[in-house]
Amino acid sequence: MTFLSLEPIRVLLYLVGICAFVGANAAYLVLAERKGAGRIQRRPGPNEAGWAGWMQPLADGLKLLAKQIMVPPGTDSLLFRLAPLLVMAPPLMCLVTIPFGENVVARDLNLGLLLVFSFGSINVMALMLGGWASRNKYAIISAARVVSQNVAYEIPMLLVVITLLMMTGTMSLQEITAQQAGGFWHWNLFKLWVNPLMPVTFVIFFTCMLAETNRAPFDMAEAESELVAGAFTEYGGMGFGVFFMAEYANIVVGCCLATVLFLGGWQSPIGILSSGAWGLLWFFLKTYALILTVIWIRWTFPRTQFYSLLNLSWKILIPLSLATLLLTGAMMKLPLLWRALS
Amino acid sequence: MSLITAIRETFLGFKSLLVGLRITAREASRPIITVQYPRETLKMPARFRGHIKLVLDPETGKPRCTACTLCAKACPSGCIVLDGVKREGDKKKSVSKYELDFTTCSLCGSCVEICPSDAIEFSKEYNVVSLNRDTFENMDLYAKIEAEARAWSAAHPAPPAASPPPAAAPANPTAPASQPLNAPAG
Ligand code: SF4
Ligand code: SF4
Repeated sequence: MTFLSLEPIRVLLYLVGICAFVGANAAYLVLAERKGAGRIQRRPGPNEAGWAGWMQPLADGLKLLAKQIMVPPGTDSLLFRLAPLLVMAPPLMCLVTIPFGENVVARDLNLGLLLVFSFGSINVMALMLGGWASRNKYAIISAARVVSQNVAYEIPMLLVVITLLMMTGTMSLQEITAQQAGGFWHWNLFKLWVNPLMPVTFVIFFTCMLAETNRAPFDMAEAESELVAGAFTEYGGMGFGVFFMAEYANIVVGCCLATVLFLGGWQSPIGILSSGAWGLLWFFLKTYALILTVIWIRWTFPRTQFYSLLNLSWKILIPLSLATLLLTGAMMKLPLLWRALS
Repeated sequence: MSLITAIRETFLGFKSLLVGLRITAREASRPIITVQYPRETLKMPARFRGHIKLVLDPETGKPRCTACTLCAKACPSGCIVLDGVKREGDKKKSVSKYELDFTTCSLCGSCVEICPSDAIEFSKEYNVVSLNRDTFENMDLYAKIEAEARAWSAAHPAPPAASPPPAAAPANPTAPASQPLNAPAG
């Protein structure tokens, strides 16, 4: 235990663990995505490489690695090379503070939630830089879209998070998880006595998460039928691969966060068996259920138009999240006021 | 008032999203309908028109064609070349050469329609690929029917004197007919 708690060992373990997790996860989520798309369209999906296609990620990876990384003439070569790294770094940082289990957390910061959101917003900048550095009109249009989309969806997301913070009173993700112990009726999602609109809050959070990670139906940033591949148009080989990996890593971060904030993190739904490895199991069960939902949503809904995307945020999600914010505040403070007056 | 409408519309919109999710979930739980082509093949529909082929008489095991050349005359593209001989012990002539130029055949069906002895039909063959143009320019249909006839006589070793039971007769044409389908076309 003392060996594990040494600082360099901790950092090393975290780095290796997270990089392996993010890499393998991205590879197999791509497969899951293609398989899921196949099932929904009643096709088998990739099934040639290995048994039922499980070697497909390896084949894809080799293909991407074998390609030359081109830096087209006229691009800003520094920013062009930097953008994939910048886009990959934030999700890796966010995973520092996500509690995967009772004791499985790289560093339990008391401002964990703040860290996740501040690094989450760097992602936008990285995509914008990638688009800008490409000197390609499609990439620049995409960069502009990414910015306006993320600005629009950051607001309801943060409003929802403020609602939650009023409830929990802490930004430490581990503490937020601990508060939801003891069965699914203690999860924030079902704390209807604090705020009867809690499930609505969850839906808002999930929608914003989809928009922030540029997933269909909000994938305006890549919109392959209008913008070639959006910000990634000029990228080839592993440069493109890293963007893809980052997209999946962001989905994982978003779903982990949704799990921690609303679905009780590593707490078991029945109140018992949430320590040690069981906690990990519950956490990943919930997270992957959410990720599969993300995939399911992608293959159900067509891409929205850009103005209806913005309308959804400014006209529906922001007023709704403000309403839940006010309602929560009122429900928490009015009894105190009542007691003080009487 | 407009607030209520807005809330109602939002609610209805959300409900329609759930309906969409339900539809895809239902589709996902249904069986996969992809046919893994080289390993599995679809059964061709009854009216599928592959290249024409000669028909074997299921009772005698010989080609039905009497070499009357009506089909060659009816063919608008003139792509049938055939010949017949009178074999020993036969009353009528029978086919001894039947070549189809599949590159000019339009699959119009005149030949099949006109044949008085129902001796040709459309095959169900669609895996027709060759590296060689000659495979299609001179498709030797007679060679194919001969192979079929040999398969027929291999499947019927009994001498013709002991006539096969009538119940077995309808089953015969299907068995040898499926064999040349698997044989390579070129
Ligand atoms: S199908 Fe028509 S074109 Fe083809 S061989 Fe018969 S008659 Fe000629
Ligand atoms: S019309 Fe029929 S019987 Fe006459 S030659 Fe053609 S295939 Fe043979």
